[in-house]
Amino acid sequence: MAKPDSGGYRGAGLQLLSRQGVSVGDSVRVATEDGEMFGVLMPRYELASDDYIVIKLKSGYNTGIQVGRIKSITKLQKNEAAATKAPEIIEDDRLPKIALISTGGTIASKIDYRTGGVRAALSASELYASVPELASHASIDPEVLLSEYSENLKPEHWTMIAEKVVEKIRTGKYRGIVVSHGTDTMHYTAAALSFALQNLPVPVVLVGAQRSSDRPSSDAALNLLGATIFAIKSEYAGVFVAMHAGTSDDAVACHIGTRVRKNHTSRRDAFESIDVTPVALVRNGAVEMQEKSMIELAKRSDDKIDAKTKFDDRVALLKYHPGFDPKLIEHIAAAGYKAIILEGTGLGHVSKECFLALQKAVDVGVIVCMTSQCIWGRVRMTVYDTGRDLLGIGVIPLSDMISETATVKAMWALANTKNVKKTMQESIANEISSSIPIEKA
Amino acid sequence: MTLDPASLDLKVGFEIHQQLATKSKLFCNCGCKEADSYDYTFMRRLRPTQSELGAFDPAAMFEASKMRTVEYMSATGSSCLVEADEEPPHDVSREALETALIFSLALNSKVMDEIHVMRKIVIDGSNTTGFQRTMLVASGGHLDVASKRVGVQSICLEEDAAKLIEDDKQVRKYDLDRLGVPLVEIALDPVTGKPDEIMQVALTLGRLLRASRRVARGLGSIRQDVNISVQNGAVVEVKGVQQLDQLIKVIEHEMQRQHGLIVIAEKLKERKVDAGKVGDRIEDVTDILGKAQSKIVRQIVDAPDSTFRAIRVPGFAGMIGLEPYKDIRLGKELGKLVGFYDLKGVFHSDELPNYGITENEVAAVREKLEMAADDAFVIVGGPKDRVEFASAAIISRLKAAIAGVPAETRSATPDGKTVFLRPRPGAARMYPETDIPPIPVTESTLASLTDSVPRSWDEVIKSLMKKYGLNEKLAKEIFDSDYLDVFEEIAGKTKTPPTFIASKLTEDVTSLQRQGMNASALTYDMIKEAFAKLDNSAIAKESIILIFEKLMKKQAQTVEEAIKAAGITSISDEELSAMIDKVINDNMAAVKEKGANSLGMLMGRVMAVARGKADGQKINAMLKEKMQKLVNQ
Repeated sequence: MAKPDSGGYRGAGLQLLSRQGVSVGDSVRVATEDGEMFGVLMPRYELASDDYIVIKLKSGYNTGIQVGRIKSITKLQKNEAAATKAPEIIEDDRLPKIALISTGGTIASKIDYRTGGVRAALSASELYASVPELASHASIDPEVLLSEYSENLKPEHWTMIAEKVVEKIRTGKYRGIVVSHGTDTMHYTAAALSFALQNLPVPVVLVGAQRSSDRPSSDAALNLLGATIFAIKSEYAGVFVAMHAGTSDDAVACHIGTRVRKNHTSRRDAFESIDVTPVALVRNGAVEMQEKSMIELAKRSDDKIDAKTKFDDRVALLKYHPGFDPKLIEHIAAAGYKAIILEGTGLGHVSKECFLALQKAVDVGVIVCMTSQCIWGRVRMTVYDTGRDLLGIGVIPLSDMISETATVKAMWALANTKNVKKTMQESIANEISSSIPIEKA
Repeated sequence: MTLDPASLDLKVGFEIHQQLATKSKLFCNCGCKEADSYDYTFMRRLRPTQSELGAFDPAAMFEASKMRTVEYMSATGSSCLVEADEEPPHDVSREALETALIFSLALNSKVMDEIHVMRKIVIDGSNTTGFQRTMLVASGGHLDVASKRVGVQSICLEEDAAKLIEDDKQVRKYDLDRLGVPLVEIALDPVTGKPDEIMQVALTLGRLLRASRRVARGLGSIRQDVNISVQNGAVVEVKGVQQLDQLIKVIEHEMQRQHGLIVIAEKLKERKVDAGKVGDRIEDVTDILGKAQSKIVRQIVDAPDSTFRAIRVPGFAGMIGLEPYKDIRLGKELGKLVGFYDLKGVFHSDELPNYGITENEVAAVREKLEMAADDAFVIVGGPKDRVEFASAAIISRLKAAIAGVPAETRSATPDGKTVFLRPRPGAARMYPETDIPPIPVTESTLASLTDSVPRSWDEVIKSLMKKYGLNEKLAKEIFDSDYLDVFEEIAGKTKTPPTFIASKLTEDVTSLQRQGMNASALTYDMIKEAFAKLDNSAIAKESIILIFEKLMKKQAQTVEEAIKAAGITSISDEELSAMIDKVINDNMAAVKEKGANSLGMLMGRVMAVARGKADGQKINAMLKEKMQKLVNQ
């Protein structure tokens, strides 16, 4: 007999349930000194106290009952998961094909109202069911590659995703690739794919959701639709991030993969282009290119993709602050790191107390680069003495490269290029902008 | 005709939604206050989540098919990123939770060991999230009403919805002020009795909540949903009953409507009408009606993508137009039903020919549907997609007519009738609010709240009488008014006699309201300011009602303006003395003739010029003194 699912129960709660042979989803009668309660046994949050069991009452409400007060718990009916039938979809072969690679996050999900569980809904038919407009734009070919919260993704996952994109593109079947991704580190993955996949023949669009798709107010549907439309209609190839342009559900902004940052913990429009405007807005089913964008984009082509998908994770991103201990730099150098990306103050500074440690690091061959914690704007290390001294030590200024992008780029450059210092200072995937518009993006 | 509630087995269950007067909203730190203006507007679209579509729920399907745009208007201070669904909810307001627990104790209800916040799907746009956050706090318990004991089903704490400002079918506009204001929902067991006895239940519960001093007052702060059923009927939920006198009418109307529907159902059963045959034949009759001269038909035909569909209803001839009570007939129910799908054009064979549809067209429809003599038809017209939804709804409504009363949600009209609002949702669409961990409620928490349990209404009235020297009538009136808190504040701060304050805030305000003036224009701050001026002798007692009148008539926006508008000027003792001297001199002949007996006449003449400018008692005293001197001379 299979071990029953503990449903997150531990300790006293789990003991009671296993003794009575009750498992999550069963209809139960719970007797306490105050009388009886009827409901369905619900799963328990892993972190919550183990002193309670949770049932869903007929009214739909969940309630927790203290284990110590329970006189008896009786199974009335076994958990019978209702089989849901996905709606039939008639695919239109004339529509452009899009490959959807899922890496985690909940771009589409289904709620089981009986247990309250939320699960990812990723078959093509489930996607069309949650975003019906998709079916009139594209024929979607979904594949689940990873199911991870994005904070758990590592450089090795970037390699996996990049290789999957290459595999899809090489079939020649797809008008574009959409990658669904958890939002926390989506900008890191976007930068990673931008460096790993050069000479892209089609657009690769990353998309996520700030409100999970089990909510009627989720931004997932509009974002997915926007990403798909951009992947189909864009004249340009490259790596992009498509997310809400504002708090309203009217436009999706498409950002350059190396120039985008998550700038808010929770807003729908958390993703913003830094120092440039987004390249396009998708509104009412159409792509509106943004004229003010000063970025030069590559057109779609029949070129062979140039894939360099390895990363070397021996890179540290260090944020300078008053009271910063220079020993940190020494420890990092001693630990075998190959590159340090400094997030300095203002135009690209750290205190003079760090000079010695930095010099030692550079001398042992660690590549030290400077970005700014100001987020917007360029570093310029010739303006003040401190900057000039740092240049003298051998710190490499990275212009207006975003520090997160710089970190990813260093990981990529270490694994794929011979002259890392030179590579860091060249713009490969629009990570350095030639000029910054006066009007704030 | 009057129906006997007892013989019909009338049962009425209340669900009371009471706003709480907490400092902040239920899931954020914004204040529970109305904004004067909005500083940000944004637009959203809600989508039903997938399993919403899985089950056939016509209301959700239709709402989804409309994919309406919703516009939200917000103001800093009363809404933030949480209301915009741009930030996860904060922890449940402690103050609100305590209040819900206090109510649970007051109603002898069993508090849950651990409270779980749930999401209840609502996709009409009234919640930016697409769901309402709600939690079951307690269940069971009872409320004693006169000699009756009414059972309590459940006590929930939930967030109020956004306020609908405008709905023009394309865009719905909501104001975010009210979204997230804590509400306690108390559901009572259904009770039997006469409508006015039943009303006593709602009144008693309302008074108990108010006695806690933790609830919001004023229009819209308490809302009642009423579940009404009669024998052999189904439970009909009526929303939006604001006032208790409206409630009596609503109960009477529903009793008649539901009984009327049962009468029709009995006749249909006598005829052995087969529910399975309703809508057994449906034909497009656009070409037949297209020739009609009817104005309403023309309007529909001329609109793009429109259609007319005729539904055959075997055995229903004469039943759709049958009116067991005035205005109670299936035809009217169908009219309101298609209104839900934004359609106007619905006709049935019992009312035709009429509305410019002629005998010929009726005959053509009957022929096309191959109708027998005792069959009826219903025609519905409008844009194709909506006619599709509406036809399905009409068929299911007529099938339900054979059983009698369909379970549905209706809304109360101001004149105490009810109209179809939407089908009753199936099983509650609830799932856990995973952003907020479950909240354990300990015995010690409950023990610490027992002292806050509101006293009974009688005790509260007695204590008001004792503390402020009010008579029983005035104590009850001030308690039931919207001004109890402001009364107590003023009575505690000023030397004005509490009886005077209470009578101004009850009798005088009520009398001004009866003259058609609007009490909502008179804010608590204005009231406090007026009484503060009285306390400083800046105005006279007689001025209070004059100020209230100007404010309630909206002839003034502030107390200062009202004073000016009412011509109230405070005068010095010297000026008053001169004014009295003048009146005495002007009436010297009478004074000489009548002596002290002229005092009443003189007082009247002085008041005519000094009303509101000086205190009446002071005038009286000064006048008496002067007269005394005169008489002595």
